Amino acid sequence: MRARVLVRPKQGILDPQGQAVERALPALGFAGVRNVHVGRLIELDVEDPAQLPKMCERLLVNPLIEDYQIVEPADDSIGRSAGAQLPGPGGGGGG
Amino acid sequence: MKFGVVRFPGSCDDDDALHAAARVGDAVMLWHRDRDLQGVDAVIVPGGFSYGDYLRAGAIARFAPVMEEVAEFALAGGLVLGICNGFQVLCEAGLLPGALLPNASLRFVCRQVSLSVVDADSPFTSRCEPGDRLSIPVKHTTGRYYAPGPVRVLLRYAPGENPNGSQDDIAGVCNEQGNIFGLMPHPEHAVDPLTGSDDGLAIFESMRACVAGGVGA
Repeated sequence: MRARVLVRPKQGILDPQGQAVERALPALGFAGVRNVHVGRLIELDVEDPAQLPKMCERLLVNPLIEDYQIVEPADDSIGRSAGAQLPGPGGGGGG
Repeated sequence: MKFGVVRFPGSCDDDDALHAAARVGDAVMLWHRDRDLQGVDAVIVPGGFSYGDYLRAGAIARFAPVMEEVAEFALAGGLVLGICNGFQVLCEAGLLPGALLPNASLRFVCRQVSLSVVDADSPFTSRCEPGDRLSIPVKHTTGRYYAPGPVRVLLRYAPGENPNGSQDDIAGVCNEQGNIFGLMPHPEHAVDPLTGSDDGLAIFESMRACVAGGVGA
């Protein structure tokens, strides 16, 4: 099964990457952007999705500094084409 | 006194660590796939980019066969020093509290910094006095230390010297028992006045004194 793990910096921990992006967008003329956070998207095929939380806790995520969300099954069409509409917050980048 | 320096694929300060250790004792290299610690008295996990820093710095290295032995050695009270990437590895392995995050500046920093000795009652700082200043270089991108709870701090960046935005200017922490120490600055690059400072020797000399039955054990 195709699964997807969304990894985000934990709330309250300084996220300089998010801040840098947040500062860059207005510089390009995009107004009204706030609370930008940059995380990681991990896609994987797994035979036993029940193992995903353990995989996250042991390797994919450092729970001290990151939060994660498991999305399975992942719809492979999402985020594959440039400019695709992503459902909800935190979806991966297009393309 | 015999030091062992772990070499991972992607380590780059292993030779300097070996050289520094050899100034105060015997030193051997430990290959990441070996399980034999060769009877060393202390282990150094050196700086670099173990396993390419993939996923998170230190995240993969901690599963190397040699790290299982290092963890066992550490939990039995053996001295373990993690420098820079080695500090990241020890945090990821849960041998030290906390985690290292990208520098607040998002930039690679490479410069000499002044460190303040906070706690000289440890096997790694016994040859110092509290308040001593050590001039030691840093060079890293992921050095912003963060820990949600209280930690035992041995070294802080001197006021105004924090290169990465670490919590409370923390430069190096040890576990509660004091036998595992991790720091972002590189004492192994500061062992000869020729390269600007030999203040880093104090760390290795403290370890030797501890193994020789001296203070701080």
